[in-house]
Amino acid sequence: MTNAQFEIHLIASLVAIACAIPGTFLVLRKMAMISDAISHSILPGLVVGFFITQDLNSPWLILFAAITGVLTVVLVEKIQQTKLVKEDTAIGLVFPVLFSIGVILIAQYANDIHLDVDAVLLGELAFTPFDRVYYSEVDLGPKSLWVIGSILLLTLVLLFAFFKELKLSTFDAGLATSLGFSPLVIHYGLMSVASVTTVGAFDAVGAILVVALMIAPAASAYLLTTNLKKMLVLSSFFGVFSAIAGYWMAHALDASIAGSMTTMLGLVFLIVYLFAPAKGLFAVIYREKQQRSEVSLITFLLHLQNHSEPEERHVKHLNEHINWAKVRSKTVLNLALKNNMITIDHELVSLTPKGEEFTAKAIEYILTNEEGLIEDMKKDFFLFRG
Amino acid sequence: MDLTEYIQLVFSDYTLRTITLGTAILGAVTGMLGSFAVLRKQSLLGDAISHAALPGIALAFLFTGTKDTNILLIGALISGLIGTFWIRGITAKTHLKSDTALGLILSVFFGFGMLLLTYIQKQPNANKAGLDKYLFGQAATLVESDVWLMAIVMGACLIVLFLFWKEFKILLFDKDYAHTLGFNTKIIDVLITSFIVMAIVLGLQTVGVVLMSAMLLAPAAAARQWTNSLGIMVFLAAVFGAFAGVIGTGISATQNNLSTGPVIVLVASVFVLFSFIFSPKRGLLFKRIRLIQNRNDLELQKTLTFMYHIVESHQNISHPHKIRILNNFRGYSKKSLNKLVAQDLVSVEGDLWSMTPKGFEVAKNLYNQNKDND
Repeated sequence: MTNAQFEIHLIASLVAIACAIPGTFLVLRKMAMISDAISHSILPGLVVGFFITQDLNSPWLILFAAITGVLTVVLVEKIQQTKLVKEDTAIGLVFPVLFSIGVILIAQYANDIHLDVDAVLLGELAFTPFDRVYYSEVDLGPKSLWVIGSILLLTLVLLFAFFKELKLSTFDAGLATSLGFSPLVIHYGLMSVASVTTVGAFDAVGAILVVALMIAPAASAYLLTTNLKKMLVLSSFFGVFSAIAGYWMAHALDASIAGSMTTMLGLVFLIVYLFAPAKGLFAVIYREKQQRSEVSLITFLLHLQNHSEPEERHVKHLNEHINWAKVRSKTVLNLALKNNMITIDHELVSLTPKGEEFTAKAIEYILTNEEGLIEDMKKDFFLFRG
Repeated sequence: MDLTEYIQLVFSDYTLRTITLGTAILGAVTGMLGSFAVLRKQSLLGDAISHAALPGIALAFLFTGTKDTNILLIGALISGLIGTFWIRGITAKTHLKSDTALGLILSVFFGFGMLLLTYIQKQPNANKAGLDKYLFGQAATLVESDVWLMAIVMGACLIVLFLFWKEFKILLFDKDYAHTLGFNTKIIDVLITSFIVMAIVLGLQTVGVVLMSAMLLAPAAAARQWTNSLGIMVFLAAVFGAFAGVIGTGISATQNNLSTGPVIVLVASVFVLFSFIFSPKRGLLFKRIRLIQNRNDLELQKTLTFMYHIVESHQNISHPHKIRILNNFRGYSKKSLNKLVAQDLVSVEGDLWSMTPKGFEVAKNLYNQNKDND
């Protein structure tokens, strides 16, 4: 690994962590699309900032762009307050307009400078090691490293200082207000951090990857844990992992680094989405299937308890009377047999003492409107789940 | 190039006519379908779909090697649909909310698309360029066959809208009711979503991936302000969309170095701004005016009621009283007194005022009405 490659890894990892932290809170606060809006609408801020400073490397540029980001949020909220359109429409109206203004400004006045729209969307991580900072002839490392490093430091300081407030206002805004924390201050603080991070990161990785780096790791982490601290650590890890794996994929394919990092983030999410232990797609489908057959089982047992006449308890009767398909009645019968709830004698089904105890309890819960307790009862009675 | 020259050119110049017609049809289609997206609170779905269409374009090129617009758009349509239904899957099966699902699919699909685009650019085979135009759109590349395609999609869209109008409407406003009536809400839902995806994909060549969502939203958001009827809203949105397309194309054609997509978006958003402010029922301006009017009326009524309470205790209702006893707190001001005089409810002589019989009646009924309302 060359020195430049090491620096790229370092920058990419720092960007990933710097994005994952505000991203986690955006996802939890159901404001993920705001990051998309911010990443688009900082463009006019950059252009106007450039007109004023005439210097693409000026730190004021970052400030201008970040202010535009916060302005977007304010504008969206103002439009929403008029109640003329819904919030999502407000977001969808604001950022294309600002982005269009940015594109037109660049085309009209800034065509000859290095500020083209492709660079804004994609960034170029591969070139970041060549833009270096010098202090009296001493090489201090790439500029992006300094920019994103200081943004990450700021984010971390704010995170540790206001962790309690952030947590509280994210999960219970009402309680936070009544305890005297202003949700508004925290809201705009978070928006400012998200804006600054977007601006700082987009130079290296482009506007779209910033959105992906904010949302995808947080979404993946959210499927694996419900603990805020674990979620922050996990999403940082996912971000860094995808950044590094994405770099090597781009290296192998000779394609855009930002694009392949995003693809990596997508793959990580896809794997988590499918296989997450409790909330993944397969786990959910399996659980739904299990619950369906268990509900059928309880219905069946209650039916047996209600009827003593032989024709109602015949195995064939399941298909006709309760209108279940053959496969389903077979599953239910097997489940009941395995759990010692029933015995089958000459195709006649009867409840065992255990089955009778179970149904008696279930009826009691149903009559007292406490169906939720049946779920706990399943644990005591079922040796095999559906 | 000035305006008259431009208008002449629209009718004589083949390219300009094609482009103008294309953007007009596109605006109409997106406006119509956008109304449904806005009302279904799926405004940002358009943004996600347009981004999600990008890898489809790149993959279609990779597999077929052609740059035929229709084939690329079919690729875009497929990947747009995959994106849409994945978003549905995420929100239906996990606890992730729709905003997260949208942002995730949007950025991941777009990033994957960019990966493919850069990969294609480094490939040795020729005719590789030209896919970039789908990022920001180039209306100038529209040819007659593209416009025909748009017209066909618009025709199909109109037919479907007419055939399933009732179903769409009921699904839009009361999904559960539609379900109980026996409509297959899933199929209607898929149908309308597919048409929205189709409209978005159609606009990629003209407006581009990044700005397409505004084409969907802006005309509909503007139209919403003028009416409460779905039919009128869809019609108005189509008109707004078409005009935004035509005017945007006109402006960008008459200026140097102005790409059509952003200009169309800006024109459409001017429509939105205008509607927000000047629409008679919902607009901010008239709302403000109504507010001030109501406040003034209330002040007048307050003054009149106060006067009534004073006059009530006297035998002669026209017995004069000093103006001094009226105060600001009761809604009195010189202006309000003058207004009352002008309405012949009160008469003023020097620094004395007295209630006219008409004023007494009005004030009495005012009071009764208030009492009834309690």
